[in-house]
Amino acid sequence: MKFARDTWLIFQRQTQLLLRNPVWVFVGVFQPVMYLLLFAPLLKPALNAPTQAAAYKIFVPGLLVLLAIFGGLFQGFGLIAELRAGVIERSRVTPISRLALLLGRSLRDVVSLMAQAIIITLLALLFDLRVFIGDLLLAYLMLALIALMTSAVSYGVALKVKSEDALAPLMNTVAQPVLLLSGILLPLTFAPGWLQGIADWNPFSWAVDGTRALFAGDLGSDKVWQGLGITAVLAAAGVVWAARQFARSVR
Amino acid sequence: MIETRGLRKSFRSRAGRETKTVDAVRGVNLEVAEGEIFGFLGPNGAGKTTTLRMLATLIEPDGGEATIAGADLRKDPAEVRRRIGYVPQGGSTWDESTAREELVLHARMYGIGKADAQQRASRALDAFQLTEYADRKCKTYSGGQRRRVEIALGIIHEPKIVFLDEPTTGLDPQSRAHMWDEIRRLRRDGMTVFITTHYLDEADALCDRIAIMDNGEVVAEGTPAELKREISGDVVLVGLDLAATPQAAQLLDAEPYVNKLETADEGGLRLYVDEGATAIPQVLRRLDQAGLDLRSIELHRPSLDDVFLTKTGRSLRES
Repeated sequence: MKFARDTWLIFQRQTQLLLRNPVWVFVGVFQPVMYLLLFAPLLKPALNAPTQAAAYKIFVPGLLVLLAIFGGLFQGFGLIAELRAGVIERSRVTPISRLALLLGRSLRDVVSLMAQAIIITLLALLFDLRVFIGDLLLAYLMLALIALMTSAVSYGVALKVKSEDALAPLMNTVAQPVLLLSGILLPLTFAPGWLQGIADWNPFSWAVDGTRALFAGDLGSDKVWQGLGITAVLAAAGVVWAARQFARSVR
Repeated sequence: MIETRGLRKSFRSRAGRETKTVDAVRGVNLEVAEGEIFGFLGPNGAGKTTTLRMLATLIEPDGGEATIAGADLRKDPAEVRRRIGYVPQGGSTWDESTAREELVLHARMYGIGKADAQQRASRALDAFQLTEYADRKCKTYSGGQRRRVEIALGIIHEPKIVFLDEPTTGLDPQSRAHMWDEIRRLRRDGMTVFITTHYLDEADALCDRIAIMDNGEVVAEGTPAELKREISGDVVLVGLDLAATPQAAQLLDAEPYVNKLETADEGGLRLYVDEGATAIPQVLRRLDQAGLDLRSIELHRPSLDDVFLTKTGRSLRES
């Protein structure tokens, strides 16, 4: 009860501050829309897809996973600013739950990702993308789990390194291979065997496959539960680890 | 209110391949009584902030025990958190929030209900004369206003003890005087106040009792008056050219009325004597006989800096 109340308190505060600066909402949507408008048209011929809608079914889920990964991974920067302002230290002398300090923030990130995902999906509908609502909601659950994990990890790392100068290259170094090995932009079915072999070890590759299966309406596919299972386990691990960073001494 | 026994903390720092262990706090024993303003005086790096952060549950001690407002620091840090307030050194407010929002949020982090938190925030804004700016963003405040918001945050839940880490550092003289009044008001309201400072005048004027800290240890403890009395007698400052200083030091050190003598780096001497009024004519005579030119001579009642100097061999102003 106290934990839920504490989490809600932090979530409310973080959301209020985000909404006070609506330019972030715009920035968050601008980039994916650019991908949708300027990159997606190349895909029908490149993927040899029968229709534009078929190409979108492959591309849009990848794009949403991309958003979830990157949206989460770079949240740590805001936390470093809070550390510097003394807001975290001030929170840590109160009896508030340390898990709530993390989860309130991460849930704000999940909700803002959901808003972006909905905007992207609605736009894609204009381009003849069709997906069942139930499948779509499960896909959103996958996205939420991914964002929860990446934002928690980003917060945890931010508390460890405590400086933007260290966080930026670190996150970029992690994000790039993760992105290339997950078949986000182009499906890995085109990849040579060795590349696919490496990608099998990338949990995000499983998440992308699962999300694509859901967009394809293939609810019964093994990829769906595998993707959901892997992301759920990793999200839980990320949250536990990052909450421990909040409980430890930080300046 | 606060009792510590042998509180210790060391940090590992890495320089290249070598890891060095720095003993930041080496066994601190303190007793702070209810309702007093207790000052922790010492140079930067003495271990004041580390001790304070241990008492405020922010870092875990390596050893020792402490009881704070009746709660055991090691066994029940959560209870300690409920009973204390803490105002960190480098600020604790967010640029884009208003003072009122910060106060309400902070009260609610202590589990206080929404309506109660709002009332407390209004009262605190009034008490700290912040009502006028209450709904402006913190980034628009002056240094003094912002510091007042931070203190208000530290006491919003009416703690028994409030820890203030260098509360007046970086404030202009007027805001500093204002802050001293605020701190005295906290005590009037029944709070025990624990501050750290490296300002001698602040420790002297504001604190009921002080502990002088150097190099991770408490080297002296008592009321400012007691500590100053410990260095019996007066201090005579003799202004001399650098060239004349060694000879004068030799001469005066041999005089029976000089208890202790120190040489200043830039020339001149510092004499600890029983009675300044009788010592000064004798000093003048002795130097005159030796043909040494005197630039100035001053009589000082001992200050806390002299206490620091006798305890550590260094001046607080230099360190």
